[in-house]
Amino acid sequence: MHEPRPILLSKARILDPSRDLDTKGDILIADGVIKDIAPNLTAGLPPETEIVDCRRLVAIPGLVDMRAFIGEPGAEHRETLASASQAAAAGGVTTIICQPDTDPVIDDPAIVDFILRRARDTAIVHVHPMAALTKGLEGREMTEIGLLGAAGAVAFTDGTRSIGSAQVLRRALTYGRDFGALIVHHTQDASLAGEGVMNEGELASRLGLAGLSKAAETIIFERDVRLAAITGGRYHAASLTCADSLEVLRRAKDAGIDVTASASINHLTLNERDVVGYRTFFKLTPPLRAEEDRIALVEAVAEGLIEIIVSDHNPQDVEVKRLPFSEAAFGAVGLETMLAAGLRLVSDGALDLMTLVRAMSTRPAERLGLPGGTLRPGARADIALIALDEAWILDPLTLKSRCRNTPFDEARFEGRVVRTLVAGRTVYEYV
Amino acid sequence: MTSNPNATFTLRRRHLLGIEGLSPDEIVGLLDLAEEFVLLNRQVEKKRATLRGRTQINLFFEASTRTQSSFEIAGKRLGADVMNMSVSTSSVKKGETLVDTAATLNAMHPDVLIVRHSASGAVELLARKVDCAVVNAGDGAHEHPTQALLDALTIRRNKGRIQGLTVAICGDITHSRVARSNILLLQALGAQVRVVAPPTLLPKGIERFGVAVHGDMRSGLADVDIVMMLRLQRERMNGSYVPSVKEYFHFWGLDEAKLRYARPDALVMHPGPMNRGVEIDSAVADGAQSLIREQVEMGVAVRMAVLDALSRTLPGNLPNA
Repeated sequence: MHEPRPILLSKARILDPSRDLDTKGDILIADGVIKDIAPNLTAGLPPETEIVDCRRLVAIPGLVDMRAFIGEPGAEHRETLASASQAAAAGGVTTIICQPDTDPVIDDPAIVDFILRRARDTAIVHVHPMAALTKGLEGREMTEIGLLGAAGAVAFTDGTRSIGSAQVLRRALTYGRDFGALIVHHTQDASLAGEGVMNEGELASRLGLAGLSKAAETIIFERDVRLAAITGGRYHAASLTCADSLEVLRRAKDAGIDVTASASINHLTLNERDVVGYRTFFKLTPPLRAEEDRIALVEAVAEGLIEIIVSDHNPQDVEVKRLPFSEAAFGAVGLETMLAAGLRLVSDGALDLMTLVRAMSTRPAERLGLPGGTLRPGARADIALIALDEAWILDPLTLKSRCRNTPFDEARFEGRVVRTLVAGRTVYEYV
Repeated sequence: MTSNPNATFTLRRRHLLGIEGLSPDEIVGLLDLAEEFVLLNRQVEKKRATLRGRTQINLFFEASTRTQSSFEIAGKRLGADVMNMSVSTSSVKKGETLVDTAATLNAMHPDVLIVRHSASGAVELLARKVDCAVVNAGDGAHEHPTQALLDALTIRRNKGRIQGLTVAICGDITHSRVARSNILLLQALGAQVRVVAPPTLLPKGIERFGVAVHGDMRSGLADVDIVMMLRLQRERMNGSYVPSVKEYFHFWGLDEAKLRYARPDALVMHPGPMNRGVEIDSAVADGAQSLIREQVEMGVAVRMAVLDALSRTLPGNLPNA
């Protein structure tokens, strides 16, 4: 590929959470990096510079999505690295962290290498894999944390499986500590979760669906925090959903334990009532909770307690979703809608835009030690341009993901991504 | 002989998926219609031509003897061609999904599908994929509307009313679609409902259903008019939800001693099939206060009423042919 032309983003609102910067100005991009940011850069532009009129647009660092499930290798009918990257680009996501629950599982350095090469050849955004924390995701023996990290795995997780054995998790946290390995955990006690398919409570009882207790999450998270404390390991809860867990998180942080947590965009914008009618596109793991938990979660993002928002992108085809609720697969696609859904929280006044972008871009990049999440001069030019006032309705047929299991079917949004740049190259343009 | 029972009554819906959403008027209308079929069923000539030319398919994904035969008799007495399809869960797992099955059956142009499935919401899912009327014959732990209707009919015939009665539903509430449908129906018609069960068999949030919750039979049955027992599935008896059959029967099984907590004229019901010696003692099940056999009789009448009422809005129907 030849180098793209230089680009001038002219008269944009520039929002950069890495510097708490919210200003008007020009951004000059060349050689894949941000060359300069200043109130006016129109004088002395390099020849052939493409000038993009950004007077009505906001330039933000491209989103870094820390939790996306992709079917490659093994389930390419659900999603490939290529299709996921197209979806990501359309959603302003410039870096995807893919999850290791592939077939074969990403538990061997050769598979990390495979993912990175496939991504380089087929994906239009940056892709970094998380590797399995235990071999075969079986929760028993730890993987080669050092070698996997050296091969390019950015963190270690068993995906949507929770490690039942405290001893296994303790050893992994201890062993991984000196490698600086980040351990990402799905906090759900499997035995307590049982056959549960939605949030436990009155609504599940009325629908006759097996409930999944919030305690299943909080018990494991509380255990994990104690393990992080005694090991000194780096720990991240993959998706917290309820107020009780937030209290545990607050105490952990106050105590100086190296613990952080994400919330998924679904849990920040939807609640258990969306399940009514046995709508399987709202069957998620962890499950959607009650409205008061959703509100507590949004407040936790607003105050910085929850630092990271993930898409929890999980493509599932019709064959596993068009089933009775208890038999259907868990998961929803989210790469293309996470920003638009997040902007709802901004227009509601629940979050400010800076906080939203920080949680979707700057903080995940920092926690994973990846480039991105910043518009600093010299940084790689991963940028999303968004039109905040553009109203639109999601037509699932336009989704670029291979699966259309979106909980935002026909949803009304205000604000959309109009252009996405990855290393200075335009990879998506809304026309 | 009655002619054209309640000829003007119709359900303004294509399917009967649950008690939820039925108005009290619709419930009473169905019960009134069923009364007429009780009389018909006691005659020598039990046949009507209401559903003549219609095809009714009983699609049971979960084994059932009494409900399936009750629907079969109901359909046949109304003149429908009835076909029974028992689809075991294992054969479904071999490949064909519920929606595929629905599409296949739909292509055969049935007029009514009677569906039972082990998953809550499955009947509703199927109903969205077919053109005919669908009757829920039990979906998971969600609803079993014809059971609640037949229970209400049985109560009304014996007590003369439902309004103002106190009904105790006892046993495995958590897994019971019968309990859910009965709670909704009895409340809609003005009864006070209690649930009585060990705490492991009470679903979360049950107190928000507007029922009184009791842990023991003495307080739970005090002064009630109706004692409705539920079946305890075998796999839940031995340590998973309750420690043992012996302990369960001791504390929650209905015997003559516990029945004396209720009003002297209290009546006993059970949706069947009964586990004698687990949730109910034989002396009570076969005793003078038992309505259990009458419930079976009412089942056929209620299902005829439901089929009749739904058929009145089927496309191409000649009014009261």
